[in-house]
Amino acid sequence: MNAANNVWNGVRKEPTALWSLIFIMAVCLGGFLAPLLSPYGPGGLDEQRILQAPGSSHWMGTDALGRDLLTRVLYGARVSMTVGIGTALIALLIGTVYGLISGYAGGNLDHLLMRIVDVCYGLPDLLIFILLSLLFGRNIAGVLVALGLVTWVRFARITRGQVLQAKEFVYVEGARAIGASHARIILCHILPNILAPVLVTLTFSVPGAILAESTLSFIGLGINDPYSEWGTSWGTLAQDGWRAMRSYPHIILFPGLAIFLTILAFNFLGNGLRDILDPKNK
Amino acid sequence: MVRFLLTRLLHGLAVVWVVITLTFVFMRLAPGGPFDRERRLPPEVLANIAAKYHLDEPWLRQYGRYLLGIARGDLGPSYKYVDRGVSDIVAETFPVSALLGVLALGFAVAFSFPLAISAAYYRNSWIDRSCLFLATLGISLPHFILGALLIWLFSLQLGWLQPGRWEDLTSTVLPTITLGAAPAAYLSYLLRSSLVESLEEDYVRTARAKGLREATVLFKHALNNSLIPTLTVLGPLSAALITGSFVVEYIFAIPGMGRFFITAVTDRDYPMIMGVTLVYTGLLVSANFFVDLLYSIVDPRIKSH
Repeated sequence: MNAANNVWNGVRKEPTALWSLIFIMAVCLGGFLAPLLSPYGPGGLDEQRILQAPGSSHWMGTDALGRDLLTRVLYGARVSMTVGIGTALIALLIGTVYGLISGYAGGNLDHLLMRIVDVCYGLPDLLIFILLSLLFGRNIAGVLVALGLVTWVRFARITRGQVLQAKEFVYVEGARAIGASHARIILCHILPNILAPVLVTLTFSVPGAILAESTLSFIGLGINDPYSEWGTSWGTLAQDGWRAMRSYPHIILFPGLAIFLTILAFNFLGNGLRDILDPKNK
Repeated sequence: MVRFLLTRLLHGLAVVWVVITLTFVFMRLAPGGPFDRERRLPPEVLANIAAKYHLDEPWLRQYGRYLLGIARGDLGPSYKYVDRGVSDIVAETFPVSALLGVLALGFAVAFSFPLAISAAYYRNSWIDRSCLFLATLGISLPHFILGALLIWLFSLQLGWLQPGRWEDLTSTVLPTITLGAAPAAYLSYLLRSSLVESLEEDYVRTARAKGLREATVLFKHALNNSLIPTLTVLGPLSAALITGSFVVEYIFAIPGMGRFFITAVTDRDYPMIMGVTLVYTGLLVSANFFVDLLYSIVDPRIKSH
């Protein structure tokens, strides 16, 4: 818990990182509490209030079907945050285990596993993501798996590099000398060393996933369920607004801002964490 | 060096082969087919279509046929455009996408170099801080939002530039900026950090100590050595340009390969999807190989690897 305390103390001293973290929490909370926060339903059609400009009863205005835009943006946060954080966690799981095995085993196995990573790294990821989501279906689960399969490579590379370094530390050698098992060496002595760079990579993976998902939704290849009660992707909302941009720019403005600010907050938080966790950058 | 380059070449070919095979398998596994219509076609018609495109043959046979075709430069027929092959469509749309990519890369270099150089030279000044801020901003701004913003401002509000199509020089301005912004941010960030490191090296101090002009120290000694690490991003950068080009071509209605790819995915025009994926992968692999080549020329230490 000492490490967590250090990170928290570091974040508290960096205003940009702190505000980014607060913003991210607020977006998560907004998505989670959307039904309580908004008096309107996400699919609440209202022919009387079509395409209204932002005002006191609809803070972000309404769309072409009279739905309250703020409500839709709040519900959209569920999609973006689930995709962003979920993808990062899936990639973390696959990549870290892969990198640990590769770095710890060394030798021919390491060589082979890293060749596979090299090949995956050379692939155009958005393309592969599109192909995978055709295969897994265009729903949240399919998008999560597809994005996770595209993103894991970064974790594998970083973990392996860190493991290679940590393997040489004297205390790891000592642990091996007194007969500690492989599992114990990996869990107790090597894993704590790779947490910092993995945490930074995790933070930077989230905005990448949010960007990819909203982009695909915008060009019409994303989650294929635009009228879900659970939430509509911000990318789909922006697409709705894009078609009406000439006369009603507010419909693209707010989902666009939501995407941009969320990605920006994660990138700022990532920058902050990197500065805190890597003393070389100070 | 020859051996190093040969390994890299073989490695690149392996990537291309993996992609060909993966896309082939994906496309056979993916649910739904190109000939699924609202109204089901009669079985005789479906059988005829299957025979025409060799879909009735075993997979391995189809795979072999596809590989042979690629070797001859034939990417197969398009399911959607009956009179044209995938190769024809690629040949027609690729130059458009390539021009867009080159323009965007040029914009990125022209924008990032002056910014990164002055940021690194005046480290921790307001210009350095704004460079870092702009870089984070540029990386965080999705293409479709930047594109929409530029169209709204320069086409709809000010009326200076047309919002789409690809006809004359002025119509290329907005797409170029939209596609080039993220690479510009990425390059600025990288070149700045690399230059900051170089400026602290001993050889820079030596160069100053022997009384060289600041411009010579900065551009000849520091910048030259910072270019090498910056070169490596040419690979990821081309990937970013490629993926970005889908969206930019979509927003600005540019008749490039990316836009065809998007329609091919919605139409499930499998040979088209596979063909475009292959071309993009080939492009990426060539970019990476080109980086290796440059690297081994610039940095003689690579030879020993």
